[in-house]
Amino acid sequence: MNDIIVLADVYKIYEMGEVKVAALNGISLTMKKGEFVAIMGASGSGKSTLMHILGCLDSPTRGKYYLEGVEVSRFSKNELAEIRNKKLGFVFQSFNLLSRTTVVENIELPLIYSKRISKNDLERIYQIMRTLGLEGLQKHYPNQLSGGQQQRVAIARAVVNNPTLLLADEPTGNLDSATSKDVMSVLTDLNHNLGITIVLVTHETDIAQYARRVIVLKDGKVLNDTPSQASSAPASQAQASL
Amino acid sequence: MRSSLTILGIVIGVGAVIVMVSIGQGAKAFVEKQLESLGTNVLIIIPVSITHAASRGTTGTITLTAEDAVAIVKECSAVNYVSPGVRTTTQVVYGNMNWTTGVSGAGQDYQIIRNWPLEAGRFITQQDVNIMAKVCVLGQTVVTNLFGTLDPVDKWVRVHNVPFRVIGVLSAKGQSPTGQDQDDMVLMPYTTVQRKIMGVTYIGYVLASTTTAETRFEAIDQITSLLRQRHRLKPGEENDFTVISQVEFASTVLETSRTMAILLGSIALVSLFVGGIGIMNIMLVSTTERTREIGIRMAVGAKGKDILFQFLIESTVLSSLGGIIGIMFGIFTSKLVSYYGGWPSLLSPLSIAVAFLFSNMVGIFFGYYPARKASRLNPIEALRYE
Repeated sequence: MNDIIVLADVYKIYEMGEVKVAALNGISLTMKKGEFVAIMGASGSGKSTLMHILGCLDSPTRGKYYLEGVEVSRFSKNELAEIRNKKLGFVFQSFNLLSRTTVVENIELPLIYSKRISKNDLERIYQIMRTLGLEGLQKHYPNQLSGGQQQRVAIARAVVNNPTLLLADEPTGNLDSATSKDVMSVLTDLNHNLGITIVLVTHETDIAQYARRVIVLKDGKVLNDTPSQASSAPASQAQASL
Repeated sequence: MRSSLTILGIVIGVGAVIVMVSIGQGAKAFVEKQLESLGTNVLIIIPVSITHAASRGTTGTITLTAEDAVAIVKECSAVNYVSPGVRTTTQVVYGNMNWTTGVSGAGQDYQIIRNWPLEAGRFITQQDVNIMAKVCVLGQTVVTNLFGTLDPVDKWVRVHNVPFRVIGVLSAKGQSPTGQDQDDMVLMPYTTVQRKIMGVTYIGYVLASTTTAETRFEAIDQITSLLRQRHRLKPGEENDFTVISQVEFASTVLETSRTMAILLGSIALVSLFVGGIGIMNIMLVSTTERTREIGIRMAVGAKGKDILFQFLIESTVLSSLGGIIGIMFGIFTSKLVSYYGGWPSLLSPLSIAVAFLFSNMVGIFFGYYPARKASRLNPIEALRYE
């Protein structure tokens, strides 16, 4: 079966004293391998919470989450960490690189925690860096890089473990429009050529257009779930800017 | 900068441990050598009252005489041998070689009391003492320096331009516990040293040996009452002499070094505690500042124990660094203390290993709380941290 993500009636409820706040109020959706999905919504709509649940950073209060057929909604913290390490990759708005370590060390971070670093891995890292246009920057530190370069390092880190799912939380939020286009083509390319499933959270519609499916949330529920308008576009764009 | 102030506590603590252990070991070794060198049943009677001299300074008149020594061995049942003694430092000449050394006067029983066999010739006899014979027995160092490999027995040396015949050579004894060369001396009949060399009638000390190690207390009592009687001391008047027992002296040394050890141990404890608290502080600040970093690591798959381990290692490295510096500091200080303070010190690899282990344990113990706090962070909140 092709569904790598299945959310079955998922709730996330926070208790603030006596008041219960439902960040996710009954979400059910599925995603297939190789999809490129954008999640949109106003603040408070639950898109960050949905991202956290999909990214196994948090567990639902009610409902089930199946990742590649495995129910992860009742996993322990350690088991979730294991999943994050092996199957997921994150790209954040503020890059979130380790400032006191080099580019190479940043990229290999997930490998350190999966306890396998071999010469092959180093080769792979260099290969990924070449693909993302980061050649020669191995020993640089994040503060020596431009915003676009830093985000590409973050993307490299996110894919180094060959993840099933890549989660990008406002990845272009801190970048200018030219660099944003750059980064989005990189993501599109990864999705198109390597078949990595991508879930993108954004509040900008033109960024959301890079995806092929747009899910809109409101008050913790799915409001809209439609193919994006420009769903035929990005492939050619990707080739051009790289 | 912050770190260096913190590990100062560890440095001082570990240093104090090293000094404490090395001085303790040194004192024990010193005492053992002392007892071995002089024996457990030897008493020394000196013509000053230690307490008296300390508080009022010596009065000048020495009241201890050779006759006192004779009386002691005759009338104190617990004493079996005595040797009156007097000592000076002077030059001894042989041919065109000369050597400045200690010239000691001794009685015929000196050899027995000191358990010191001869290598050649004979020892001083009562006859020699009676006639103030100009004879001498040489220690190994004197022989080496004046005679080289020549046999000195029956040769003549000059002291104060007076010729003395060498009648014997002492076997080698080595260094005394206080570091002096025991083989660097010349023995003569005490009467000879008194009259012919120093021109005095007093006695510098009396060596006495007791019948057994156990009877030394009895001997001390007997000698004290005898001398008080002979020196016509009224009841209540202080002794004008002191009877020193090697064993008691040794245990005093041990007592004092134990006090030192307790003092140093307390310093060590307090310093290590302070250092540990410092480490905990540094790690708390560090983990807080790196909250975002911890979040990132967790997001890519670090488990709680990975984070715990990471920061525990950091705190242990910090404290180990302090430990290494502290060990060097401690070694340096104990050498300084024993050089200037006269305290013997003995460095052992065991004490260094223990001190290093301690510094590691401080790092682990005081670093645990901050590391655990870090490991229990919620990754979502940590990533949001500013």
